[in-house]
Amino acid sequence: MEKIILFAPLLGALIAGFGWRIIGEKGAMAVTTGLLFLAALLSWIVFLGFDGEVRQIHILDFIRSGSLDTAWSIRLDRLTAIMLIVVNTVSALVHLYSWGYMAHDENWGEGEHYKARFFAYLSFFTFAMLSLVTADNLVQMFFGWEGVGVASYLLIGFYYKKSSANAAAIKAFVVNRVGDFGFALGIFGLFYLTDSIDFDVIFAAAPDLAETQIGFLWTDWNAANLLGFLLFVGAMGKSAQLLLHTWLPDAMEGPTPVSALIHAATMVTAGVFLVCRMSPLYEVAPEAKSFILYLGAATAFFAATVGLVQNDIKRVIAYSTCSQLGYMFVAAGAGIYGAAMFHLFTHAFFKAMLFLGAGSVIHAMHHEQDMRNYGGLRRKIPYTFWAMLLGTLAITGVGIPLTYIGFAGFLSKDAVIESAWATGDGFAFWALVIAALFTSFYSWRLMFMTFWGDPRGDHHTHDHAHESPMTMLAPLGVLALGAVFAGMIWFKPFFGDHDKMTAFFHMPHHVAAAESGDAAAADTGHGEAAADAGHGEAAAHGGPVGAIAMSDTSAEVLDLAHHAPKWVKLSPFVAMLIGLGTAWLFYIRNPALPRQLAEAQPILYRFLLNKWYFDEIYDWAFVRPAKWLGRFLWTRGDGATIDGAINGVAMGIVPFFTRLAMRGQSGYLFHYAFAMVIGIAVLLIWVSLAGGAE
Amino acid sequence: MISADISVMMPEIALAVYAMAALLGAVWTGKDATAPLVTWTTVAVFLGLAAWIGLGGQGERTAFSGMIADDAFSRFAKVAILVSAAAVLAMSQDYMTRRGILRFEYPVLIALAVLGMMVMVSAQDLIALYMGLELQSLALYVVAAIRRDSVRSTEAGLKYFVLGALSSGLLLYGASLAYGFAGTTRFDGIIATIEGGHASLGLLVGLVFLITGLAFKVSAVPFHMWTPDVYEGAPTPVTAFFATAPKLAAMGLLARLLHDAFGTATADWGQIIALLAVLSMFLGAIAAIGQRDLKRLMAYSSIAHMGFALLGLAAGTAAGVEAMLVYMAVYVAMNVGTFAFILSMEKDGTPVTSIDALHLYARAEPLKALAMLVLLFSLAGVPPMLGFFAKFGVLRAVVEGGMPLVAVLGVIASVIGAFYYLRIVYFMYFGTEREAVETRMVPVQWGLLMASAFVMVAGVVNLFGIEAAAAAAADVLVR
Repeated sequence: MEKIILFAPLLGALIAGFGWRIIGEKGAMAVTTGLLFLAALLSWIVFLGFDGEVRQIHILDFIRSGSLDTAWSIRLDRLTAIMLIVVNTVSALVHLYSWGYMAHDENWGEGEHYKARFFAYLSFFTFAMLSLVTADNLVQMFFGWEGVGVASYLLIGFYYKKSSANAAAIKAFVVNRVGDFGFALGIFGLFYLTDSIDFDVIFAAAPDLAETQIGFLWTDWNAANLLGFLLFVGAMGKSAQLLLHTWLPDAMEGPTPVSALIHAATMVTAGVFLVCRMSPLYEVAPEAKSFILYLGAATAFFAATVGLVQNDIKRVIAYSTCSQLGYMFVAAGAGIYGAAMFHLFTHAFFKAMLFLGAGSVIHAMHHEQDMRNYGGLRRKIPYTFWAMLLGTLAITGVGIPLTYIGFAGFLSKDAVIESAWATGDGFAFWALVIAALFTSFYSWRLMFMTFWGDPRGDHHTHDHAHESPMTMLAPLGVLALGAVFAGMIWFKPFFGDHDKMTAFFHMPHHVAAAESGDAAAADTGHGEAAADAGHGEAAAHGGPVGAIAMSDTSAEVLDLAHHAPKWVKLSPFVAMLIGLGTAWLFYIRNPALPRQLAEAQPILYRFLLNKWYFDEIYDWAFVRPAKWLGRFLWTRGDGATIDGAINGVAMGIVPFFTRLAMRGQSGYLFHYAFAMVIGIAVLLIWVSLAGGAE
Repeated sequence: MISADISVMMPEIALAVYAMAALLGAVWTGKDATAPLVTWTTVAVFLGLAAWIGLGGQGERTAFSGMIADDAFSRFAKVAILVSAAAVLAMSQDYMTRRGILRFEYPVLIALAVLGMMVMVSAQDLIALYMGLELQSLALYVVAAIRRDSVRSTEAGLKYFVLGALSSGLLLYGASLAYGFAGTTRFDGIIATIEGGHASLGLLVGLVFLITGLAFKVSAVPFHMWTPDVYEGAPTPVTAFFATAPKLAAMGLLARLLHDAFGTATADWGQIIALLAVLSMFLGAIAAIGQRDLKRLMAYSSIAHMGFALLGLAAGTAAGVEAMLVYMAVYVAMNVGTFAFILSMEKDGTPVTSIDALHLYARAEPLKALAMLVLLFSLAGVPPMLGFFAKFGVLRAVVEGGMPLVAVLGVIASVIGAFYYLRIVYFMYFGTEREAVETRMVPVQWGLLMASAFVMVAGVVNLFGIEAAAAAAADVLVR
């Protein structure tokens, strides 16, 4: 069954990509979509029937070279099961959605076929993503990692006739390459130290790595911290964290379903998945973890501030994604991988829905993406409106405080914020709370500008605004279910309840930790975990680890998070209300206010509008020098020096000798005989001199 | 004793008897009318002898008090010589018949030349060496001028003869010096006088003269000057023959002389050979660029290729000899195919050899053009053709022999040389519209062209086992 899940999308991609001329575009679309729904269905069966035990499903022997001996197999544990449903569900719905969204596209002329290619890319992406999440070793994961990178490149640049799309695709690829360099170094380092790339071996060796020093660049480092950091650099690239985030907003050049699938729900969360997957390593690498915590918090804050002032509907959601990814990393950095995965899980639903909803709006508005030209669309496209409203309620975290009732984002985001508080780190906590305020503001700003108020922009477009077809609305409906209920249903196993979490993720480690006399844990009513001590003891000694690992410290943090004071639990809710109120004030009550504020604070406004000038700084610091160097090597190095030398030899020196040789070939016998005599004389002299020297 | 000696030389004696019988038989019967029959019989005899030597020969034997040897090396060389001579003879019959120059002496002379070569490659003595060499040369002088009524053909024959005589004189002078300093003409006697890895100066001077004589035969620079003129002037089938079997024989003889007679003084002659090799490679590559005539171009091409083969010898190791033998075998195979094509080029019934005639040839004859492309790529040493692996083997031997600089020079020369081969390919595929050349081929020519091209590609797999035979041959020489 797992094999079918993994290979069905690949099969679909191959059939659609290479066989669409035979089966037709409709056939290609039907095949890919059908196979994806099959995979999604099977994923849910796997997820719901999964007992948490780690299993390996051998597919083929992969690499045998020297001491490297590794197989291609599916690693099925809770993390994989979660990712399977996230990836396949969203992907299947996006496939369906694309039937409507891609039906007519002004980027392509009459008679140009693009749909089969699009669906093949989508399915190929899904396959690559699945091989990433089912990986049982780092190289397999790297394969998927690069595979999604390629698919992302192809899909961002899907409108390859637009130069901006090409530029965005290249930017995404190049920036990811920076991250991948770190990831690759991390893999090399792990192989160097543990002589294996299999997760089981690496996890077992993690405690030793914490004791090891490794020389890198100019000095010695703690191996676990260094490798954790290097792997995280890869995650930074893929998950668009601060410094390597610049590609994500530009990636919105791709078709909107792509943004929903790749740049919101799945690929960009690969970094979070990587950190969770490598949790046994990070649990012994405290400095690397702190770095993740701070960087995640900084990203969450940074992206939220930029999102406040963007006008392109997709860019707002893109920065929102960037910000939410920061939340996930904060949870992971705090050691609460369950919360990270929880937010990843719920975020996939509501963010995919927001993107697909935005796509529906764009579709209705004839590919107009500037929110300043929207307004009053509530009545024109009611289903889309309701879907977007649910998504906004979910992302801003609406719920009943101090209970477990609320939209998905309410539970998962609060879980993250409580975890951040529990680390005792003020910066991370307050950054997240403020980011939550901003999130609420820009999300409602989007809603108000799009659906409320008077129609702005082109009258003609507004008059012809129409609701999207059923193929686009049905996926919104399904995702809405997730956005509303996913949080409440799975809150306890992901984060809320210690025991359920232990069972859910199959964590023997943690039981042992609780048993090891941690009074705090016992006092706080979680002593029952100790009852399982015997089992935990056995598991702690080299037994199979669970889907995620939690050290004693992380367990403490988790307990603390569970018992956070009320003001902590209330703070995100209050932040949300403030954001909502401000947005209402700015865009409903007094629409002139934003302009006044922008004029009152021009520097701050420009700073935010230009995304903290990251692109400009990178352009100045990296792009221009690289171009200059390239041009220098090209004109001076290659053109003048190498080509010049070759040309000089080929067109000057060699022909000169050719003429000389032809002149020597005079046809006269005595010349020839003379040459022979000269030759003999030279040889004799040579031999005499060499012989005399002996 | 004499019967044992004769049994060693049985193939040579058989060939000699056949040559004389064919000569007498043709004179007594239909003279030139019998020429095609004699040609094909000669081909059959060559192939028969090749099979006899190749399949029947075993072990090592010497005859006539050690003047002649029958060992793996001589057998390898003889088989290669016989087969290539048979191939050239077979493909030239049609050409010569149609030009009216197929005389019955032609196959007989070729047979005698081949006999001389067979003696050369099994020589163990300076006298035997000279006998074989002269028998071969005299036959070739005549063959070069076989078109008696053509000024260019006779000029070619005369030039070859005069310069050949000069080189023979030099060789004989060297032989006499060697005899004077070593006191013997036997190779094993000469090598016995070399002590401590260095020959005496007098012996070395003799060696230089000997090398000069043989360098003339393999047309190594600066003793190459006759080559372009003779190649151009002689009838094309004769050129094809010149480019193949005699080169093999001379190279084999040189290897024998250097290793059997001076094998312990590799340091003394290695540099000389390397110098000749480098000069040949560069001159062959550079001078060929200016040629517009295919036969002259092939002359320079063969000079450059001989340079590479000499490079293998210069290494002075068993691996070097092996690489040289493989190189020569590949070289001969390439040249047979290429000349099969050149033979077929004509316009309005007269032969054409200008490379300009090949413009856009690929449009008219895609298959033949493809075969030529493969052969030219192989000649240039482009992987994955066999020519590349031959060059690679030589270069590896040179590097392992401790002369990396020479190997680098060889690579540079082959880069320069690639130009004129690729230019022909360029003309064939992307040239400009010109008057088209006709290439009417008899089945033998077509078959040889295709087989040769096929070998260049398919041989990559295992070189058809030549490598093992060459290694065995090299082991005999370098012990």
